[in-house]
Amino acid sequence: MFEALHDTKLVWLCSGVLFLLVVSTLIGQALKRRRTDSSRSTIDNLNARIRAWWKMCAIFAVAVMVGKIGALVLFGLISFLAMREYMTLVPTRRGDHLTLFWSFFVIMPLQYYLIGIQWYGFFAIMIPVLAFVFVPTSIAIAGDTEHFLERAAKIQFGIMVCAYCLSHAPALLLLKIPGFEGHDARLLLYLVIVDQMSDVLQYVWGKLIGKHKIAWRVSPNKTWEGFVGGVASATALGTALWWATPFTPLQSAGMSFMICLLGFAGGLVMSAIKRDIGIKDFGVVIEGHGGILDRIDSLCFAAPIFFHLIRYYFVP
Amino acid sequence: MSNGIHPVASFLAALARGITGVQVQWAGCEPNERQRIYFANHTSHLDFVVLWSALPSEIRARTRPIAAKDYWDQTSLRRYLAANVFRAVLLERGVASKTQHPEEAHFVGRHLMDQMVEALGTENSLILFPEGTRGTGEKLAPFRSGIYHLAQHRPDVELVPAYLENMNRILPKGEFLPVPMLSLLTFGKPLQVGPDEPKDVFLERAREAVASLRRIGNA
Repeated sequence: MFEALHDTKLVWLCSGVLFLLVVSTLIGQALKRRRTDSSRSTIDNLNARIRAWWKMCAIFAVAVMVGKIGALVLFGLISFLAMREYMTLVPTRRGDHLTLFWSFFVIMPLQYYLIGIQWYGFFAIMIPVLAFVFVPTSIAIAGDTEHFLERAAKIQFGIMVCAYCLSHAPALLLLKIPGFEGHDARLLLYLVIVDQMSDVLQYVWGKLIGKHKIAWRVSPNKTWEGFVGGVASATALGTALWWATPFTPLQSAGMSFMICLLGFAGGLVMSAIKRDIGIKDFGVVIEGHGGILDRIDSLCFAAPIFFHLIRYYFVP
Repeated sequence: MSNGIHPVASFLAALARGITGVQVQWAGCEPNERQRIYFANHTSHLDFVVLWSALPSEIRARTRPIAAKDYWDQTSLRRYLAANVFRAVLLERGVASKTQHPEEAHFVGRHLMDQMVEALGTENSLILFPEGTRGTGEKLAPFRSGIYHLAQHRPDVELVPAYLENMNRILPKGEFLPVPMLSLLTFGKPLQVGPDEPKDVFLERAREAVASLRRIGNA
C-alpha cells in the first residue's frame, strides 16, 4: 500500500490533475462573479461539474494509492452503478429477473475477480463467450418469448459495456510491459486523464465556438468545432504526457488520438441508446444520480482498445 | 441498539438502499416527529424496508410496519424478521370478509383495529399497504377498509400517502433474489378523513392520492 507515493512520475501526474482542478475552480469562480442572466445556467452547470470533478478525483486518488485492489474495487463499483442505471433504463421483463441477478452478482464480480487473479485468458472470453451463451439460455429457460431477441441482446450489450469494456481500464494493471513494471497505475491514470479531458475539452470548445452539428438527431450538443478542438487539444495534452508512459511522444500522440476518437464514439452511441429507449420516462430516476453512464460512456469504448493496443505492441 | 433499531434492520435498510439507490422526494410534507400513518402502493417485499429506510433515524425507531400474519408467521425466518427485526404488527388478513356473520365480522374487525391502535400508542407511526397484497405494479388494487377505520379512530394521526416506483422490477412477487435498479419514493400531502365521509369515498380518495404521486409513465 502507498507504494504509489514512491513513483515520482505518478505523483507528478496527480499534481498535474490537482493543478488543473485548482485552475478550473478559479476560472469557474471568476466567471461566476461576472455572469449575466443569459450565461447563468451554463456557468452554474460548469461549476457543478467542477465540484463533481473534485470528488471524483479524490476517490480516484485514494483508489490508486491503495493499489491494485483499490482500482479493482473502484471500477467494480462504477460498473455496478453503471449497470444499475443501464438496466433501469432498458425495458426488461419479469422473465429476465434471474438472468439479471446473475449478471449483477456473478458475472460482473467474476470479471473483476479474474483481473485480480491475473487470469488473462478467462478474463478475455468470459463475457463475450460464456455470458453470451448464458444470457439467452437463461432467458429461454424462464419461458417468456415476448421480445426474446431484443431482451437477450439488450442485457448482453449492457454487460458488455458496463462490465466487460469498463473492466479493461483496471486490467491495465495486469499488463507486464518490460521496463515499466510497477508503474501500471500511470497507464490507468493516462487513459482516464486523456479520455475525460477529451470529453471536457469537446464540451468547452463546443460552448465557445460550436456551430455545425454532428449527428444532431442523436446528440444535439455535439458540434464539429467542439469535436475537432476537443480531440486536438486532448491529443496534445496526451502527447505532452508521454514521459509518464512507456510510449515515445509520437506513440503517445497516436494513443491519445485513438482514445479521443473512441471516447467520442462511446458518447455518441450512448446518446443514441438513450434516444432509442426514450430516456424521458426514466430521466427523472437517473437525474439525481448524476448519470454515471454519461460520465463513463467514453471510457467504455476507449479502455478495451487501449488495453489491446498496448498488449499487442508493448507486451512481448 | 441504543435507539431501539435492531442492527439487522439497519443492515437490511442499508442493503436495500444500495440495491435500489432510492431517491426520496418529500413532495407534500416534511419528515417530522408527528405520529403518522404512511400508506403506499405495494409490489415488493422491499417496499417496507425502502420506505422505512427513507425516514430519519429518530423517526425510524418509532415507525412500525403492518404486515400480514398469514404470510409473516409462516416460517421461523419470516417470524424473526417481522417480530424481532422490524417489530411488525402482524394482522390476520381477510378474516373479517371471509366470515358469513356480520356480527362476527364486526368483532374481528374490532380486534384488528385494537391491535393497530395499540401499536400506534402515543408516539409510534405505522407503515401500511392498504392494497393488502403485492400487485404487479401496473395498477393499484382497491384499498382495504382498515385505514379508514383507523383514521376515524385516531383523527389526530396524519395520513401520509407515498408512492414507490420500480420496486416490482427490483424484487417482484414470487422472486427471492433482488436485482439492482433505481427507484423513486415520493411522499405526498397528508390526508384526513372527513367527519362523515363515507368509507368508499375516502378509500377511493386515498387510493387516488397514492396513484397521483406516480412519476414514471409506464414502468
